[in-house]
Amino acid sequence: MAKTLFEKIWEKHIVKTIPDGPDVLYIDTHFVHEVTSPQAFKSLEDRGVSVLRPKQVVATADHNIPTINQHLPITDKLSATQVQQLTDNCKKHNIELYGLGHAYNGIVHVIGPELGITQPGMTIVCGDSHTSTHGAFGTIAFGIGTSEVEMVLATQCLLQNKPRLMRIHVDGMLGKGVTAKDVILHIISKISFNGATGYFVEFAGSTIRAMSMEARMTVCNMSIEMGARGGLIAPDEVTFSYMKGRKHTPVRDAWPEKIAEWRRLQSDKNAVFDKEIYILAKDIQPMITYGTNPGMGISIKGKIPTSAGMDDNGRKVYYQCLAYMDFAEEETLLGKKVDYIFIGSCTNSRIEDLRQVASFIKGKKKADDVEVWIVPGSRQVEKQAIEEGIQQIFEDAGFKLRQPGCSACLAMNDDKIPAGKYCISTSNRNFEGRQGAGARTLLASPLTAAASAITGYITDVREYIN
Amino acid sequence: MNSRVIKIITSTAVPLNVQNIDTDQIIPARFLKSTTRDGFGQNLFRDWRYENDDPGQPKADFTLNNPLYDGRILVAGKNFGCGSSREHAAWALKDYGFDVVVSSFFADIFQNNALNNFLLPVKVSDAFLEKIFTVIEAAPETTLTVNLQEETITLAGTGDHEHFSFHPYKKTCLLNGFDDIDYLLSIRDEITAFEERKKALVLQ
Repeated sequence: MAKTLFEKIWEKHIVKTIPDGPDVLYIDTHFVHEVTSPQAFKSLEDRGVSVLRPKQVVATADHNIPTINQHLPITDKLSATQVQQLTDNCKKHNIELYGLGHAYNGIVHVIGPELGITQPGMTIVCGDSHTSTHGAFGTIAFGIGTSEVEMVLATQCLLQNKPRLMRIHVDGMLGKGVTAKDVILHIISKISFNGATGYFVEFAGSTIRAMSMEARMTVCNMSIEMGARGGLIAPDEVTFSYMKGRKHTPVRDAWPEKIAEWRRLQSDKNAVFDKEIYILAKDIQPMITYGTNPGMGISIKGKIPTSAGMDDNGRKVYYQCLAYMDFAEEETLLGKKVDYIFIGSCTNSRIEDLRQVASFIKGKKKADDVEVWIVPGSRQVEKQAIEEGIQQIFEDAGFKLRQPGCSACLAMNDDKIPAGKYCISTSNRNFEGRQGAGARTLLASPLTAAASAITGYITDVREYIN
Repeated sequence: MNSRVIKIITSTAVPLNVQNIDTDQIIPARFLKSTTRDGFGQNLFRDWRYENDDPGQPKADFTLNNPLYDGRILVAGKNFGCGSSREHAAWALKDYGFDVVVSSFFADIFQNNALNNFLLPVKVSDAFLEKIFTVIEAAPETTLTVNLQEETITLAGTGDHEHFSFHPYKKTCLLNGFDDIDYLLSIRDEITAFEERKKALVLQ
């Protein structure tokens, strides 16, 4: 019987199926960070249970760490305790930790692929909803809660019901100034931010095939923002060439063997999906969000939709959201003043994102009244940015290259956008207060963020590129 | 942790007629610094609940601050619990005193997190959800009864009720107070045997 890529991976990981119940799903790799793990370790210890496979667990500190002066002790007491507990727990349970200051430290969804830990065909979980990022390599990767973190630590398994399957085809060439971030923001705006709840999504089509691995990660990263448990893309030559030579990538004889195995990770021709969606690349413009969920996106030149056709409750919610953003229906965003630019997060903080920004801003200066934060996804990305001269370009333009971490994406640390201020952010969520209480987030691509940093207002990057 | 066995819950309810409530609203990220599961209830819906981030200044129009409403059941708009996977959202609701959340749609990860904390997500139709809001907003003393065994939710007074469907495996677990980790620990041998089989497969 024809099978989808998802089914091929899923079925290989079923330990057993409970009659009338979920599957016991085996997890190959478990990423752990400081915020969603301490309670899991504690509970494990209370039960007197050990970590079953410490070698299949990799930890990093990313959510709750400062992005300046990382060589100094963390001043926030609670944050310091949380990071210390991660260190202690990893030591106690023999788990590899790429902690603060480590040459491989960084955002969990940046370092996994970067170190070659993320490999096609794997099942991967982490106590973070953006674990879907790893799906770019043809893995089943999804976010879990802390109780599930505990289950995986204790048994390397989870009880899971097989989700429904959706395939989204994107075909054709992207226009100039249109990036992977615009593709995924466009998709979410079309199917709404809960339109894929209950589904696992495979992204396919020529546009996806033409993307680099880092661009594919940006797409899969935001699968959760349409409600999906995860997204995945079949591995191909782009995947293998990205992976070759990384720290944990198989070597010598194992490498060709693995590639042969991974090439089979494709949905069969007649595989059946519960839902298929078709998108044309030519319809995608640079995108920006105007509201308080990631589905509220419009093309950069577009107008905020009207409330016409909404029911009373819908209209009430819509007006509250526009009031929070201080926008009006049918308004155009182009030319509106912005206060902050945040380029970072597990969505867009990789070296290609930074290179793209640098090549656009080279020789330009940021607008005087805009604050620009660039937060690299990892120490390795930071190092590369310095070596390639990107940091110098940023400094010349008045941008600040900070140190790696999740930073202003969720504002757990001090990187907060003040109340009422507008921030063009390359991150993944524009919820109320997400970047700080009262902060107003506009999600966009690194290119749109860079262009707006230079002008000081919401800008269509296409007007500035040949 | 509160009682693990869930069978029948009868209580007044707190209405929160807002759609798409994400977990950042349920518990903002700045309150995730704790290393225990306790005490999150005081920061439940923090930014909707207080002016200027000050617990001394409750926002009068927010449902948790409305003296008319009280109870172990939260009734919320469609698509509850979307966004971040933080289980702290479920801990905060449970710690505040809720045992049930009623909505017409739940986000996947939140639903799992709720179940793992014996917080019952009850999914009803849009129409029934509207009915509950109308009835309890008019008569806040109205009780709701959630019967997990029968998979029914009933509004006292009017007697309006609806069937909700619940995964049979999870239902058995909740009715008996079993959790997933107990089960998984009990099959550790089978898991190790699976690992051996999987290794052999790769070598072929």
